[in-house]
Amino acid sequence: MEHATTVLTGFVALYIFMLAAFTGYEIIGRVPSILHTPLMSGSNFVHGIVVVGAIYATLNATSVLEQAIGFFGVLLGAGNAAGGYVVTERMLDMFKSSDKKPAGK
Amino acid sequence: MNAQLLIEVSALAASFLFIYGLKRMSSPVTARSGIVVAGYGMLVAVLASFLYTFGVAEAAKPHLTTNAIVAITALLIGVGWAWWSGKKVEMTAMPQMVALYNGMGGGSAAAIAAMVLLATPTEGASHGSLHYLVTVFGGLIGAVSLSGSLIAWAKLDGRINKTLRMTGIQAINGTIMLATLGIGLYIVFGAGGHAPAGVTVAFFALALIFGVMMTMPIGGADMPVVISLYNAFTGLAVGLEGYVLNNPALMIAGMVVGSAGTLLTLLMAKAMNRSVSNVIFSNFGAAGDEQQGEIKGSMKPVDAGDAGIQMRYASKVIIAPGYGLAVAQAQHKLFEFVKLLQAAGVEVKFAIHPVAGRMPGHMNVLLAEAGVPYDIIYDMEDINGEFKEADFAIVIGANDTVNPAARTNKSSPIYGMPILNVDQAKQVFVVKRGQGKGYSGVENELFFADNTNLVYGDAQKVMVAMIQAVKSLDGGGH
Repeated sequence: MEHATTVLTGFVALYIFMLAAFTGYEIIGRVPSILHTPLMSGSNFVHGIVVVGAIYATLNATSVLEQAIGFFGVLLGAGNAAGGYVVTERMLDMFKSSDKKPAGK
Repeated sequence: MNAQLLIEVSALAASFLFIYGLKRMSSPVTARSGIVVAGYGMLVAVLASFLYTFGVAEAAKPHLTTNAIVAITALLIGVGWAWWSGKKVEMTAMPQMVALYNGMGGGSAAAIAAMVLLATPTEGASHGSLHYLVTVFGGLIGAVSLSGSLIAWAKLDGRINKTLRMTGIQAINGTIMLATLGIGLYIVFGAGGHAPAGVTVAFFALALIFGVMMTMPIGGADMPVVISLYNAFTGLAVGLEGYVLNNPALMIAGMVVGSAGTLLTLLMAKAMNRSVSNVIFSNFGAAGDEQQGEIKGSMKPVDAGDAGIQMRYASKVIIAPGYGLAVAQAQHKLFEFVKLLQAAGVEVKFAIHPVAGRMPGHMNVLLAEAGVPYDIIYDMEDINGEFKEADFAIVIGANDTVNPAARTNKSSPIYGMPILNVDQAKQVFVVKRGQGKGYSGVENELFFADNTNLVYGDAQKVMVAMIQAVKSLDGGGH
């Protein structure tokens, strides 16, 4: 099933993982604790990208069993992404400073 | 193929937007735009994912229409439900909602793993062991994250009140873990990735049970750390399944969250002075109650109005809010009172313990909801030195985070946890509903201290009484 897609060798994958891990570490490392909850929620939203993988796997299903699992996979992943977005946005909507500068509106 | 190129480009764009969005989310000024940026990334990636229809494997082509209907239906239901539930959830219930959505992501990763492992193995090109090892490992982590997060959600939501504690639970959990790993390794190396369906089902069932068993013994106070840990787990699972599906966007997003979540978990655990392994493997609070000595002194009540008026004539007041404030929905009244004090020339600051609320930053969100500007809100490290200069410290709905026993009493279960030094203020008011104990079940010496007065009552009613007292005073004075 490998079409023209980029085939990632084990080592390229490791490089991606390593750099991504470092990126995540850097982003969180300097964040003020007041943003920990929104940021946890925001990162929760970001791994909702799993829905894309679930869609891909479901489109490639070849049996009813796979389709059934795929249904739940996409359902759960979509819930992760949409729910994560909504709650993070609601939380961040509330942050504003006192110097009459409404950040959100 | 053009569709393929579009998919690759959109994956690249999504990865960039996620990282850039998270970066913007890490500062209060740009945070709001950060989630929107990341949201566009998600939109692009999800829309592009339907381009996969042009490149499905030969074997799947006869099923393509059904598959697409299944995927679109599930997507619409999932998005619709989550959007609706996310909009209506109370701010106080945010932590469990994050846990729930996080568990769903873990479940999705596990579902991907299950589909790979249950796929009909007649695809010609067979994958190596590494491919299935990563699949199994990601599936395991995802499944544990799913069931564990569901338990965490149920506990925080008050649906499960029992904390399962028994001797030997660690041995049982260890056995389940080893059995799960054993089956997983058999699937990879014994069956070449395609074990009989029953074996694969058993693998996932055991992983789910392990997630339940691992979370059940953990007390509610430690739940934020656990949720954060499962958040990292899900990220890791997503990253691993991304490798399996040859999808760099999943790999990058998953691994960024995996490492960011791990660091966040460590920061939270540190704020509570507990190591992560301590949280997971110890029975917190199990032996706490018997070890408490008698506390000298008595609880001295004070009228809410009197307390309000005293603060009106102070020069500096520091407020230490806790979860009880939010439960009583008193943030708005509190801020109204703060504005009255500020109008009277009193310097008012909020002191936020790292774990005030139910997770780090949760209290900030709750205060922000009431319109409290974030520049009068201070972290514990920044304000702890100022309590000495404060005329009044007012504790509202907080308990464990201001308990001096954490500094002095070695036998206390919360010993060593950094606390807000409210007891160093000249006078302390504690707004409290009754004489009960805090979330950890530990008695609080602060309430018995000489410079402490207790204001009994529902936090919202107390704030109303204080507001009225101060208003009538100012009204009568002119």
